Amino acid sequence: MESECPRTAALDLSSSFQNIEVAERVLVDLCNGSCCGQDDLDRVLSALREGLANAIRHGNRLVEERRIRLEIEVTGTVVRLRITDEGEGFDPGTVPDPTAPENLLRPSGRGIFFMKQLMDRVEFSSAPGGGTCVTLECHIGQHDGSTHEE
Amino acid sequence: MKSEIKDIGDVRIIRLAGKITIGAGDVHMRELVDRALAEGKKKILLDLEDVSTIDSSGIGEMVSCYTTVARNGGQLKLLRLSPKINDILQVTQLITVFDVFDDQQEAIASFS
Repeated sequence: MESECPRTAALDLSSSFQNIEVAERVLVDLCNGSCCGQDDLDRVLSALREGLANAIRHGNRLVEERRIRLEIEVTGTVVRLRITDEGEGFDPGTVPDPTAPENLLRPSGRGIFFMKQLMDRVEFSSAPGGGTCVTLECHIGQHDGSTHEE
Repeated sequence: MKSEIKDIGDVRIIRLAGKITIGAGDVHMRELVDRALAEGKKKILLDLEDVSTIDSSGIGEMVSCYTTVARNGGQLKLLRLSPKINDILQVTQLITVFDVFDDQQEAIASFS
């Protein structure tokens, strides 16, 4: 397949759940005709949804005026997402394990777990303005079609 | 997300189709379960065969529905998981929480 890699996009979004679909469309357009197959695209789309939902709900606390910066890079071997919010920042080490028996019936707290299951690399850092930046990477063509366990 | 409601005996079957994701299907699913409880239906079967996508919010809402129904003295069970949803329930360990069936008759008969 002919591909033009790397392909990049950068979006500046308000904190609205409707914008998740906008971001999904941009990601699909970017991956169309690239080296990224459908299975990898499904994984990255799911991780994108989780990352943006976390940024909107937990980072920017549903304040629509607060911005979210989304950077997407598709190369011949990797799809990389970087999502930056304008929240207060957080320590990912304090998030409880959602698979622990005492947490199974909690209605929330599975977003980071999902991202880690889906992606090959999930890294949190502090944004210059004090928010959180999460970097997500999927290595293209290295998955067998099922959600992998770590 | 689309939905279809059917009652067989005292079992409310809620068939869901499409996405159960944040800000969309998750809220709709909760409303359907709340409505069932308000109508006195305490045996609820969620048919997920045509659900294409579920995210952590959808899973969280499903757990929330499960605990709400249980608190009201009822039972919520799952019918016909797609391979992807089955996979998600496995990795989240929620497969140990929910009763899951492939066959509708068997599911209906399982309600005590």
